[in-house]
Amino acid sequence: MTRAAHAADTAHPASPARPADLALDRLTKVYPGGVRALDGLELTVRDGEFFALLGPSGCGKSTLLRTIAGLETATSGTLHIGGRDVTALPPGARDIAMVFQDYALFPHMTVEENIAYPLKVRKTGRAERTARARETAAELGLGHLTGRRPGQLSGGQQQRAALARAMACRPRVFLFDEPLSNLDARMRLEARTFLKKLQRELGVTTVFVTHDQAEALALADRIAVMETGRLRQVGTPAEIFRRPAGTFVASFIGSTPMNLLDARATAHGTLRVCGAVLPVPGDPPPPVTDGEKLVYGIRPEYLDPAGDGDARPALEGTVEVVESLGSAQLVTLACADGTGVQLVVDEDHEARPGDRMRAVPRAGRALLYRDDALVTAPAAGTGNGTPEPARHTPREG
Amino acid sequence: MSTPAHGSALRADQDRAAAPHEAPGGASEGRRAVLRLLRGVGAYVLVALVLAFFALPLLWLAAAPFDRNPGITASLPEFTLRNFERLWHSTDAVHSLASSLVLAVGSAVLVVGCSALAAYALSRVRIRGRDGILYALLLLSSIVTGTAAMVPVFLLAAGLNLVDSYLGVILVLTGGLLPAAIFILKDFMDTTPRSYEESARVFGASPLRVLKDVVVPVVRPGLATVGVWTVAQVWGNFLIPFLLLRSPDKSPAAVVMYTFYTEGGQPDLALISTFSLLYSLPVVLMFLFVSRRYGFRFHGGIKG
Repeated sequence: MTRAAHAADTAHPASPARPADLALDRLTKVYPGGVRALDGLELTVRDGEFFALLGPSGCGKSTLLRTIAGLETATSGTLHIGGRDVTALPPGARDIAMVFQDYALFPHMTVEENIAYPLKVRKTGRAERTARARETAAELGLGHLTGRRPGQLSGGQQQRAALARAMACRPRVFLFDEPLSNLDARMRLEARTFLKKLQRELGVTTVFVTHDQAEALALADRIAVMETGRLRQVGTPAEIFRRPAGTFVASFIGSTPMNLLDARATAHGTLRVCGAVLPVPGDPPPPVTDGEKLVYGIRPEYLDPAGDGDARPALEGTVEVVESLGSAQLVTLACADGTGVQLVVDEDHEARPGDRMRAVPRAGRALLYRDDALVTAPAAGTGNGTPEPARHTPREG
Repeated sequence: MSTPAHGSALRADQDRAAAPHEAPGGASEGRRAVLRLLRGVGAYVLVALVLAFFALPLLWLAAAPFDRNPGITASLPEFTLRNFERLWHSTDAVHSLASSLVLAVGSAVLVVGCSALAAYALSRVRIRGRDGILYALLLLSSIVTGTAAMVPVFLLAAGLNLVDSYLGVILVLTGGLLPAAIFILKDFMDTTPRSYEESARVFGASPLRVLKDVVVPVVRPGLATVGVWTVAQVWGNFLIPFLLLRSPDKSPAAVVMYTFYTEGGQPDLALISTFSLLYSLPVVLMFLFVSRRYGFRFHGGIKG
């Protein structure tokens, strides 16, 4: 099956004849000892999609990737790749390629031998596999390095060699485990752009794991945010950034975490937040009952300092800390009730510890959570064109 | 290194304290130079003595085989090759080297093969009390091939009908060397990232293929080290072959050496020295070859 598919496919790995969507159905993994690493996951990755599994360490994202690869066997549930049930198949028969966090290039083989190794395992003739290894290496700008050992390459080159090895066997699905974490900060940005361009050009379905929300937002077409073996939210980077489905996602996404403030509804249909009275966010605003406890979420980027005489409802407090972010400043306010609120202000803005400051939530950006679920309706224009039903609703536990 | 410098600084301070009115650069400066010289001479004499202590036997080994009348002192030989000729005609000596070779190679193959598989399994599979088992084996292994187990080992071999067979000697020696070999190799296996094997598995390699293509090449320096170490251990072992091999024509070199006595009961120094030289050369050459090829390492780790 695999070899026939390879023989037929000579031009491009992403031929339309080989759809490579990925479907997880109630996928569960329980480790011996009772740790539930994956808890009934339902997920579909579309053909050709660049998909991120994002979460803090120990959330099960790596286990999920390894289960897709076949390095771990699922306790229950099924996994389909391109319509074929691969749940019980060994890794080699799944038509996937994986790039490991440490690249796992074999140290005793040259770059060319490394790239040709998957083909060797699949019994491709020597002439063909050498030719294909050279070709793939040249495509990734490694043409002059094929004779070197992995130890003689820089981090970026090693990564590209690992990518070339994965590409050479023309799999249906790429799996990347923390693809950028082994590179230094400067190389990381370069590699990120390179990876995104490469994935777009190849059009191969790609699933990657990361703990870095910025990486996921930058690379992925869609992101699944995971926590303790469950999916908390699945959506495009814009959806996940603007409308986190729960407070966990809200606090995890964004380079500065979202302000999640305790709010109490008043009899007048407004909210009392940190001593200030604010309108209920949303258009139309969701109904609230008097005295109800809610969580008011606003990103630091969406809080603007109010000028003198600005009468709009605002959070008010004393400046505690001012941190420079380069082109902006992160200001931490202490409100009247002691709660800390962070906002990002312009680099020119004069803010000194001890100053009084008022922070106005930007229209349409504040979110309201009831029992850890988002209740603010999407404002027009923030849905990013994706129909609402496509959004994943986390299963209730 | 720092102690002498520190000491001399101290002494200089004392000098200055003893003669506070002396001008700097006077007699104390000269005395210090003499002291320094004496210290240097003393250190070199000590080093020379220690070196001589270790070099003399080697020097004897290099000179005596070529001497017409070798004594027990190292001296410039009256050059001759007659000793080698005599040895060549003594069938015992040539046979014994061949039988040493059989024992050494047989044990090395068995030890490397078994310890590689055991170390791989121990490194990759989680077993309760794994380290305890390893340490206990390591501790007991020194007894298995030692004098303490002489009688039980012989009785066991007799019971299994393995007395006077190479296999018996190879099995006993292998048993004694395996724990240490497993211990060394397990460290190599531990430091081989699992991702190498997983990567090969994802590309469709079978477990045996993973072992052949990935694990063995990566731990090759470890395998070479264990192999050479086994050969050297078996080559030099006297007790077990002496105990288990009854027919003289099967005796390995280490045992045959013991038989080079004249009718009068005097050690035949000419034969002993010549044979010793021939006996040690293969092991030395093997060490040099393997060390050049792989470099000796007793710990794992992938060089970046």
